[in-house]
Amino acid sequence: MTGERQLLSGDEAVALAALHAGVRLGTGYPGTPSTEILETFDQLGGHAQWSPNEKVALEVGLGAAFGGARTLVTMKHVGLNVAADPLFTAAYTDIEGGLIVISADDPGLASSQNEQDNRHYARAAALPMLEPVDSQQAYDFTWLAFEISERWKIPVILRLTTRVCHAKTVVHPRAAVSDTPEPSFARNIPARVMIPAYAKPAHQRLRQKLAEIAAWNDAEGPIRLDTGSADLGIVATGIAAVHAREAAPKASQLTIGLTYPLPLGRIRTFAMGVERLVAIEEGDPILADSLRAAGIPVECKPEMYRFGELNVARVRRILAGDTSPEPVPPKGKPPELCQGCSHRGVFEALRDLGCIVAGDIGCYTLGVLPPFSAMDTCVCMGASIGVGLGLRHVLPEAQARRVVSVIGDSTFVHSGITGIAEMVYNPPATGHVVLILDNGTTAMTGQQEHPGTGRLLDHSPTGKISFEALGRAMGVQNVHVVNAQDKDQSLQDLVESLLTKSETSLVIARQPCVLAAPKIRFYEKAAAERISPSSCAADGAGQ
Amino acid sequence: MKVKNIVIAGLGGQGVLKASDILADAAFRAGFDVKKSELHGMSQRGGSVSSDVRYGDAVLSPMVPPGEADVLVVLEETQVEINRPTLRAGGVLIGPDLLDPAALKNKKSLNVALLGAASTVLEIPQEHWLAAMHANLAEKLHTLNEQSFAHGRAAALARSSTQ
Repeated sequence: MTGERQLLSGDEAVALAALHAGVRLGTGYPGTPSTEILETFDQLGGHAQWSPNEKVALEVGLGAAFGGARTLVTMKHVGLNVAADPLFTAAYTDIEGGLIVISADDPGLASSQNEQDNRHYARAAALPMLEPVDSQQAYDFTWLAFEISERWKIPVILRLTTRVCHAKTVVHPRAAVSDTPEPSFARNIPARVMIPAYAKPAHQRLRQKLAEIAAWNDAEGPIRLDTGSADLGIVATGIAAVHAREAAPKASQLTIGLTYPLPLGRIRTFAMGVERLVAIEEGDPILADSLRAAGIPVECKPEMYRFGELNVARVRRILAGDTSPEPVPPKGKPPELCQGCSHRGVFEALRDLGCIVAGDIGCYTLGVLPPFSAMDTCVCMGASIGVGLGLRHVLPEAQARRVVSVIGDSTFVHSGITGIAEMVYNPPATGHVVLILDNGTTAMTGQQEHPGTGRLLDHSPTGKISFEALGRAMGVQNVHVVNAQDKDQSLQDLVESLLTKSETSLVIARQPCVLAAPKIRFYEKAAAERISPSSCAADGAGQ
Repeated sequence: MKVKNIVIAGLGGQGVLKASDILADAAFRAGFDVKKSELHGMSQRGGSVSSDVRYGDAVLSPMVPPGEADVLVVLEETQVEINRPTLRAGGVLIGPDLLDPAALKNKKSLNVALLGAASTVLEIPQEHWLAAMHANLAEKLHTLNEQSFAHGRAAALARSSTQ
């Protein structure tokens, strides 16, 4: 796949670069728009694996990097919240093999619960951040991220956004490395054991690394200068940079690739050569604030453009200082729970029982929409259980008895298990009922495997976690497995009876996702006959 | 060549993304710079889906600005008005009403049939359309989709000759 031009999504470009750069391990947790990176890396022959959640994925990746291997860790923006704990202290350590953490942000919330801007994480954790504008840069910056990571022994965040991840653009790949150093452990206690005595000097080292990287960025960092009119200068980052080039082709533009630490010297020089300087960035005004803090006069976009994606039309408005109401695009047809979804019966039951439903992240969040309207809260992965318990603790008994927590199988493994620990440890007076909607896949992101399916990322067999055994082992008082379709109302009857008990209950409503079921049958058959399941992957039901 | 803007729209499950993959690949094979963009995820659960394809000598933004589409291809009647604002004045609308559904051997190939119709107003040689279809569809679907493409193309040519 080397040399010839290719039409690739940003996700595919990162995967190809990872393969070419000799990545030995890719880890992550599925999340739109990052999911295709590891799937493609696997299809290209790389070693990729789904972790239970992003925190574990980053920890596994960090271990691999300590061992001297080039490593890629992928997640969506909210996933980095889960991985923030290892991230902040990994920054203090010295790594051996290059480590890239992908943060795939979703400005405009195409498929997310918030539109947080993860450029804040680069500043907060003190880690270098690269932001490509298209697939070619996604490819090139993956290579560059490894060079920076290994030169300064520091993890690098590669921040993508939806339009970079999923847009297909032309890529000219380079030659793959022929070999990378064999992983090997060399003991270096002060660089990797973060007790206060070692972490104090490590923090100083981290700031020294950043100062050196900032100087490098000024001298030879990935900066593109388009020289145009001196009347208008644009300083831009990420996908917003190409919108800006199209919106103002005659302007002078400085496009910053390594957006933290910023090349303030280069930007200052550029600013002095133009009459008017405008920062064009999607999301929060981080670039504008940073330049102003450095004493560089720059125009910041009006507050209304903090929200949603930018595009050529919006950049034109920003440059014109236009704050009049924007045209509202016609409303399309909203998504819905699949007509044939095998779990519709659960939402019908919860609706008919009048439950207060603490919900979670996944397809089943669509249970909030008509005709079910059977969800009352949805915050983050795993929150259904904690939120449900909190409601049970404080509500009057009649209301408390109606509270249930609903969580999917992949989400349960991701962050629901600690919620069960909380339920067993701090049971509300009225007890509680948790339903795991087990459809045998990570459905919403495109049917990825997880530790509850018993199959690896490439769909070959591996160990499998039993939710019912786990619930019993953790001390849940009532554990039941039922058919999610609830054709005979047994699920509804069961939940109704459990709601009257002042005990802790776990109900596993099981039925495979209708979209995934044919493939799951194929994988099971492949496992039984010991053939490779990957032969089916390219011929799936996706579109 | 000046950048050509095409928007393909429909509902999740209709093959909007597959059609835009084929179009982008055909333009790519014809030697153009190409960018293609859409939103994945929740929008695929039966909701409205649209995909932007731009090609020419050099493409900047991957998204077609509102009112700048040269060609709008819509796979589902209810989605025509929703997407019409994307079309420029004088742009070409290709809707599902172009074809008699009974004339398609498999209604799932409507996406490719309408691409065939769009091919009459795009500067992409036939051989690249064929190669792109072959590269983006399972082999067992090649003949069916080639027929659908030809059917759509003929329908568009017939309509333009009567107008």
